[in-house]
Amino acid sequence: MAYSYQLKRVDFIFRNENDWEKVLSNTIKKKPDEIINELISSELKGRGGAGFPTGLKWKLTAESKSKEKYVICNADEGEPGTFKDREILTKVPYKVLTAMAVCGYVTGAKEGFIYLRGEYKFLEEELNKTIDEFQYYCQEINLDFKIKIFMGSGAYICGEETALMESMEGRRGEPRNKPPFPTQAGYRKKPTVINNVETLVHTWTIFKYGAKKFYDLGVQYSRGTKLFSVSGDTPKPGIYELELGMSLQDFVYEFGDGDTKAVQVGGASGFLVPRKKFKDTAIGYEGKLVGISLPTGGSMMLFNSSRSMFNVLDNYLEFFREESCGQCTPCRVGCQQLLLGIKAVKRGEKPASYLDKLLKLTETMQLTAKCGLGQSVANSFSSIVENFREEMIY
Amino acid sequence: MNPIKSLIKDLADLHGRHRENLLPVMQGVVQKEKFLSEYSMIEIAREMDIPAAEVFGTATFYSFLETKPAGKYIIRICKTITCAMKGKNQLLFAIQDMLKIKTGETTPDKRFTLLETNCLGWCHKAPAMLINDDVYTEVTPEKVREILTNYMKENI
Ligand SMILES: Cc1cc2nc3c(=O)[nH]c(=O)nc-3n(C[C@H](O)[C@H](O)[C@H](O)COP(=O)(O)O)c2cc1C
Ligand code: SF4
Ligand code: FES
Repeated sequence: MAYSYQLKRVDFIFRNENDWEKVLSNTIKKKPDEIINELISSELKGRGGAGFPTGLKWKLTAESKSKEKYVICNADEGEPGTFKDREILTKVPYKVLTAMAVCGYVTGAKEGFIYLRGEYKFLEEELNKTIDEFQYYCQEINLDFKIKIFMGSGAYICGEETALMESMEGRRGEPRNKPPFPTQAGYRKKPTVINNVETLVHTWTIFKYGAKKFYDLGVQYSRGTKLFSVSGDTPKPGIYELELGMSLQDFVYEFGDGDTKAVQVGGASGFLVPRKKFKDTAIGYEGKLVGISLPTGGSMMLFNSSRSMFNVLDNYLEFFREESCGQCTPCRVGCQQLLLGIKAVKRGEKPASYLDKLLKLTETMQLTAKCGLGQSVANSFSSIVENFREEMIY
Repeated sequence: MNPIKSLIKDLADLHGRHRENLLPVMQGVVQKEKFLSEYSMIEIAREMDIPAAEVFGTATFYSFLETKPAGKYIIRICKTITCAMKGKNQLLFAIQDMLKIKTGETTPDKRFTLLETNCLGWCHKAPAMLINDDVYTEVTPEKVREILTNYMKENI
């Protein structure tokens, strides 16, 4: 068996280290290529959900020819059940800033932004103070890199990288077509690195402790650690740093309340795993562990046997219906119809077989929706409807 | 100069008059005025030289950029799954009962507006709510009555 029988707690991310000045000045003594190779060999993948290799993202942006480039830290954290980025920005913001500045050095960007969700406005003042201190040091070492906060205004879709850039450019947060990818044409159509808050902190760990230290944690294809935001029916809700590759069974032993019926991995846009599949599910990126492997932005919501899965799905669909940007038809109309559809089945106005039509609809959405929001509605919909069909009907 | 006009001019001076500065300017108006009136939006459009329809289209996209009159304190209750499981309805009822308004409404004295919102990023301490920018977590009906009483006591 590839999975461990024990969760491996780690403490890198929140470890309080007051040597960021040294980490920054030492790292930028290296050549950009060296730093990129270090990141590539660590096999760090993005922690915002999509799992793109971070080293490659920086490399592509570094190779894009432009005088104007940008670094963006995605702190829009809107996925239901995710609250780790807020904690990072509260406890170890200087690690994020250092990583952004190194990214600027590596790619040639002179400006960085933290896109902070409106719901976290209370963080702004303190964070600005840290930024001021940080900028003072950058001047001292002649590093030409400016960081600013850009506040969001309450729109989940603005976490999607291109919607975020539209929003920063003063428009509706409607995702763009890809390609071109942000590494070629991002903010203001210039090459841009956009990384999740947590991803940036992992790069700090790699700069400070070396790629090997990071690579040695986790399992094949899923290296390093990950922050998990644990909520729902659990005696110990909170934020935990764990090695990737753990089995969901072990996770539930640790965090369940003894009556866990299902776990939603990855928030509303993730998957629901019922009890019978816990032991075959591992948390990590693609590549075979045991059974199914689920990537995640770190949202782990536990449900015990007192919960109605119909209510859970109803809540998610309502979320998507409201947060869909409305730009493309499959998603805009699809979310509305799914919500009406499950209610109609529940009320007995439509036969149970109507659920199969709705499943077909989510398949269509997966294929035709423009961005990750519309494409991923199928994840929770099909995993809930297929595993708890009777609860949708009776 | 009329106060909204001069507020918008000051905000544009501070942030700039490029399209990238539109959100910060609108956020500044909402911070002060609680919402973007038609007049504010037209004035922003004029001051920043952006079509008014574009300003309106952008403003209406964002749930925190209110375009309807709102109270001095905007209460936002999280209604997403964990908060829903941990009793957000009881909170809503307690507030509705206390302020005598329904969700979406503002008290006649323009002090409070009650809204629901999506996940606030405090699910481990559900249920959560925002009053303007301030966060309250693990809120119970008793606690919310106490919190609101304190807001009511405040002058102005
Ligand atoms: C609907 C939607 C919402 C997203 N929200 C976030 C978010 O809040 N934070 C985040 O870091 N990434 C979010 N992402 C992923 C980003 O588009 C992007 O992949 C990520 O910021 C890249 O950073 P990473 O490579 O470091 O993960 C979202 C994606 C989608 C489709
Ligand atoms: S899939 Fe949904 S959120 Fe994404 S672009 Fe289309 S309508 Fe907007
Ligand atoms: S579900 Fe309410 S704060 Fe996340």
